[in-house]
Order: sequence, then C-alpha cells, then structure tokens
Amino acid sequence: MTTTTLREGSWHLLQLLDSAPGLLSLSDALIELTEQGHPIVAGTADLKYSNGLVRFQQRYPERFFQFGISEQNMVSASAGLATTGLKPYVATFASFLALLCCEQIRTDIAYGAQPVRLIGHHAGISLGFYGTSHHATEDLAIMRSIADLTVVAPADAGALGAALRGTVDHDGPIYFRINRGREPKVYDDRDAPFELGKAVEHGTGEDLTIIATGSMVHPSLVAAEQLRADGFSVGVLDMHTVKPLDEAAVLAAADRSRQLMSVEEHNVYGGLGGAVAEVLAREGAGVRLHRHGIRDTYSLVGPPTHLYAHYRLDGDGVAAEARELLR
Amino acid sequence: MTATVTGDEQLLERLRERALFARTETVRLISIAKTGHYSSAFSCAEILATLYYGHMRLKHGEPDWSERDRFLFGKGHAAVALYPFLADYGFFDHAVLDEYTRLGNPLGDHPDMRKVPGIDFSSGSLGHALSAGLGMVLGGRVQGLRYRVFVLLGDGELHEGQVWEAALSAAHHRAGNLVAIVDRNEYCLDGKVNDVINIEPVIDKWRAFGWESLEVDGHDVGALLEALRAVDDPDRDQPAVIVAHTVKGKGITYMEEEFGWHLGYLVPEDERDALEELRRGA
Repeated sequence: MTTTTLREGSWHLLQLLDSAPGLLSLSDALIELTEQGHPIVAGTADLKYSNGLVRFQQRYPERFFQFGISEQNMVSASAGLATTGLKPYVATFASFLALLCCEQIRTDIAYGAQPVRLIGHHAGISLGFYGTSHHATEDLAIMRSIADLTVVAPADAGALGAALRGTVDHDGPIYFRINRGREPKVYDDRDAPFELGKAVEHGTGEDLTIIATGSMVHPSLVAAEQLRADGFSVGVLDMHTVKPLDEAAVLAAADRSRQLMSVEEHNVYGGLGGAVAEVLAREGAGVRLHRHGIRDTYSLVGPPTHLYAHYRLDGDGVAAEARELLR
Repeated sequence: MTATVTGDEQLLERLRERALFARTETVRLISIAKTGHYSSAFSCAEILATLYYGHMRLKHGEPDWSERDRFLFGKGHAAVALYPFLADYGFFDHAVLDEYTRLGNPLGDHPDMRKVPGIDFSSGSLGHALSAGLGMVLGGRVQGLRYRVFVLLGDGELHEGQVWEAALSAAHHRAGNLVAIVDRNEYCLDGKVNDVINIEPVIDKWRAFGWESLEVDGHDVGALLEALRAVDDPDRDQPAVIVAHTVKGKGITYMEEEFGWHLGYLVPEDERDALEELRRGA
C-alpha cells in the first residue's frame, strides 16, 4: 500500500488545500498582484501547505521566504524586508501571529510604519479540537489596540481576494484575519465588494441590525433569513474592516434599528463588539447592543462545526440568540 | 591582513579620535537628559567609530541612499553614542543634539527610524534587530542591491531566543552580507552576563549555528577594522559574527569598576572630571 493507492477520502497534509478552497485566493491574489508589478514577497513559518503559500512559492520561488518555526523572527524580518521597498505578506496561524508576535508587530511593524501584511489564518476557534493553544479569540482585541494598524476580516475567499487587491497600495500595515478556507461562500469569487473601512450592507432592518465580521457574516445572513421568515425586519452589516471601523454605518444602524447585535468568532470583549460599543457610547446612542461571540471563556474541544453550534455561532445559533433579544 | 591596517596609521588615529568624540558627546548629551547609559555607550565607542568612519559605505547628507550599508543597533540603549556621528554625516542638524531627549526632540534613549534620519531600524526591545537585519539582506537580494548589513548586539541580548531564531535563519538563507557584532562587555543589568545566564561558549554557539566567527579586542580599532575586512567578501555565503571583547564603561576608571554605571547621571563637576579623564586617557 502506498499513498497513491489509498482510497478516496484518505488524505495527507499536501492535499489539505483541496478541502480549503477559501485559502487558494490568498496565493492567487498575491500571484496576480505580483504579475501586475507590485513589489510583493511572501513568507511563512512552516505552514505553507496550511495557508497555501506553497502556490506562491512555486510561481515566485525567489520572492518566497521560509522562516521555519520561528514566528517572531519572521515578523521582525518582514519589517526589515519592508524597509527596502518591498511589500511582505507573512502568514501563520492567527494565534501565533497575534499573541506570540504581538510585540514584534507593535514595535517593528506598526510603530515602524512598515507596509507589512500580516495574515493570521485559522482564526477564532476554527482549529477546533487542536485546542486553546491554536485558537485565536483575542487577536482582534490585541491588533485593534495597536496604533496605525489596520484590521481586516474578510467573510470568505472572494472577499479575501478583493481585500488583498483593494489594499495593495495601502501605505500602512494591515492585519488580515481569515479562517480555515472552508467557509461557505458569501460572495462570488471575483465580485466581492471591498472598500477599506466601508461596511457592506445586506438589507436593513427596523427590529435588528446584525453587525458581523469575517467568518460570522455567512451565519448572520442565514440567521437574518430565518428571522425575516418569522416576520422580523432584520439587516446585516458585513463589517470586514474592524479598524478603522465604519462608524457611520454603525450609527445609521443605531438610528434605524431598535436593537443591534454584533457577531464575531472572538471573545465578546475587545473585538468587533467592543469597537461598536465604543462608538455607541461616545455618541450617546440609546440603542441596546448585544455582543455575541465567545463569552470570555476558552473553547471546549470539538470539531469546528460542532463548536460553532455549541457556541451559537452557526446560522441557527445566531438566529436563536437574536430571537431572545427580539422576544 | 595586519599590514593593510597598520599601514594606515592616519585612519586608525582618526578612528580613535572619533571614538573619543563618541564618549565625550555621550557625557555631554547625558548631562542634558540627566539620565543615560554611560557605560553601555563607552563599551561600543570603537565599534561604532570603526563602522561609521572606517568601513561602512555611506553618503554624506543622504541617509536614504538605497545602496547604503545598513546598521541596526540591537543594544539601542547606547544610541546616544551614535547620534553625534549621524549629525556629523549631515543626516540632521547638530543643534538637534543640544536638545537630546527634551520634549518633542527626535532623539530619545532608543533610536527611532521614524524620527531620526540615518537610523535604519528602531530598537529598544532586545532581540529583534538580527531578524530585521536579515530581512534587509533578503530584500536587497530580491532587488539586486549589494549593500552590507551590520547588527550590533549586546552580549546580554544573546539571552533573547529570537536572536537564535535569526541566527539559524540567516545561515540557512546564506546571508553572506550580514555581519553581527557582539559587544561582549560582560554585563547586563543584574550583574555579569555569565552569572545572570551563562552564554559561554559563545563563539562555539555561533559556529555551530553556521556563522563564520571571529573574536577581537573591541577597543582596538585596528583589530576591529581587520576583522570587518576579513569577513567582507562578496562571494561569502555564510553570515559572520565578530565577538568584540570590551570593557563596560571603558575610559572612566570608576565606571569600569562599578557596573551600576550602566545607567546614571553626573553632576556638572563630575561631568567635567569625566571629560578630563577621557581626554587624558585618549
């Protein structure tokens, strides 16, 4: 028996991307942008099969840097690369990037004003039973508190591609938060709308506006459909840019809707919900905000889809959470 | 090799004079700040002088020249000794030195690339600089630029794990134009480096990581220049480290004897005496 004679359904690391189409758009977009002449280089820390950057390496071997299992070295080196006029895109698990490399990101990249793109993949609890070491439910809060750092969480593969293309000329550093590439599609691959700092509106609602980011946009749209079928007037905002937050969209929703609910695959403290709450408080907007996400706890072990159901982060769960508000 | 350097006594004299200038300016600037890292600056004065006046390719008044050699100050708390050189290179006005650390001045205790022309990378948090220097090497490679990158590390800084991540990585990526210099002044804040956490055998460690490794007297400008020239080969595919044995506080007897002078302040009378001792000793 060899690997090639195994039966359909068996798989190994090098075939991982076949089941994670959402990650293909990372390399595809970077290859496209490099072909257009953008001074792009990419790097990873021993995860090129997990984030798909192996495809970029195959196309541009001289522009790809393998840093091995040394994430902090990678992040500081990417700052050095950027000082020479290049645009480095460096990727590793969001947990390692945002937590292990927080100081290198703050001091070398954000304070250094280097146009590095940090790609934190497998964010939230999407690594399921890998456990807390591999979960990132703090990254939005941490990255959001770093001055001059832009924070973007695209909803799916198409949105990721659009966000990468739409920010290629952005001067400052950006933290991209993406999941594991198996998320259901929200947008067509080539038609995802993206304007940095501008939320995408999916209908408006008088009863409720759901403000979601990243992986939670799709379940929020599913939930909105269910709630509308129940007779509620519900809108959804895809808040792909967590920083700078589209404050105008938040305040418009606060004017229009009786309630707001933020949804994120992240601790309810400090991330999207925190950002929305800050705006509402500052403006004295008298609308109730329910922050939905991971409630300041560490996730159970479990398969990702089971965890999403458990934490009410799938379509049914978001709808159930909303019904309690609307009751 | 010795002949090439000893034949240039005029240059060596110039380097010694610049090292003295770094020390006297350090004393003057710290008197403005009223706190500073005297002895950390004194241990690397010859290293900085040799790099900036004997070895690095720089252009007067052009801090952003794309082909310049890069310098990263891992032990950034000694930046006070470098600022006068950068002003001397015309990267900013000398008058800026006179307001060292005063409200809104670009010059702080740690060097800041956003504020100070001629600073190639900000530092202050130990352990990052070698990685950033490696990034500059890789960036130059992608763009066909052949500049050299020098990174000055403190010996206590070798406690930081990221230094060794970078050491592994630089050897793997054949960063032949990357030169690390370790200011082996033997002290960190809590005492002797080797008492706090032993780093010996330090040369063997670098060699085992794949680095060409030399040891020199870090106060002998001739030996420093010789070592820098010895590892300056465009065909080299191995990064190099020069472990420069130095004396923390070099030049002021009581600072050489008491490691507490890592940080301190001298009142004007003591400042005057210190300047006299420096000039006498030079």
